[in-house]
Amino acid sequence: MPAETTAAGAAAPHESQWPLFEVFVRARGGLDHKHAGSLHAADARMAIEHARDLYTRRQEGVSLWVVRSSDITASDPTETDSLFEPARDKVYRHPTFYDIPDEVKTL
Amino acid sequence: MSATVPDDALWRYVLRLGDLSLVLGQRLGEWVGHSPALEEDLGLANIALDLIGQARLLLGYAGQIEGRGRTEDDIAFLRDHGDYLNVTLAEQPNGDFGQTIVRQVLIDAFQLELYTRLTASADARLAEVAAKAVKETRYHWRYSSEWLVRLGDGTEESHARVSAALQRLWPHTAELFAIDAVDAEMAARRIAPSLDEIRTAWSDRINAVLSRAMLVRPVDRPYTWFGKQGRHSEHLGYMLAEMQYLQRSHPGARW
Repeated sequence: MPAETTAAGAAAPHESQWPLFEVFVRARGGLDHKHAGSLHAADARMAIEHARDLYTRRQEGVSLWVVRSSDITASDPTETDSLFEPARDKVYRHPTFYDIPDEVKTL
Repeated sequence: MSATVPDDALWRYVLRLGDLSLVLGQRLGEWVGHSPALEEDLGLANIALDLIGQARLLLGYAGQIEGRGRTEDDIAFLRDHGDYLNVTLAEQPNGDFGQTIVRQVLIDAFQLELYTRLTASADARLAEVAAKAVKETRYHWRYSSEWLVRLGDGTEESHARVSAALQRLWPHTAELFAIDAVDAEMAARRIAPSLDEIRTAWSDRINAVLSRAMLVRPVDRPYTWFGKQGRHSEHLGYMLAEMQYLQRSHPGARW
């Protein structure tokens, strides 16, 4: 089993189908692009147009990113234990041992 | 249609624009559930909704000009095909996806050049509607022209299909620029731009996209319809029968 697998998974797209793209939408200026979903398109330009029609119909965003799903490298779900478990008992990595002054509101 | 409307020319002109959007929007709506891909289903439906939104504003305005208390719905659902004043290009059947795209390209280019100039109309209401519509139409053009290039410069079959659709629909484009008394009066009153000017701009735009799409511009041919004066091809009646069925069978039905 390879250490890395693509986000699109093992299932190869049907020959006659357009490739899959992941869509990221920025809700408004200053915010990050957030993953909104995925769609099929022949190429990146068409993917932007589809993303506009599928994911910004209700004014959800002001900017779009699309990326071929096959270009995303994802962590392997079978390695979750070794990748993420070790962080669980290291609570000292959270800044919970500081006394936060009352004046600081937004921490 | 009686001629007792105070500003008959403006009324007819606004109906022509509104009917163009309504009929084209209804045609695109026929694709819902039948598009080649889910993504295109939504894309075409979005354009259809933009167009119907434009039609609502324009037909509502026509109702005001008319001054008989008819609403946008009355005008859309209770007129017979002889009272519809859209150009016949809009009512042509969807055919395959390629034919729908060709029809869309030809009309988007027209509406884009028209609305861009209508934002400076001497008629304040039309200028407002155009300012909203021009943004939508820019996107429609982007969608349809990109598709035309993909299909025209695509496979042998896609090229053959859009090529045939272009030949079939081209004769209807003559009507877009045919100037009658209404058009002349609107231009003279600076309510509408001159159709000659629009023809030049439209032609440049179409030539450019046809060349990118590896398509040959058909030769202009005489044509015999005049939808702008209520003389339509045989297709409009069937379309309206379906569109108006509910209101005709159950007058005043609401949801």
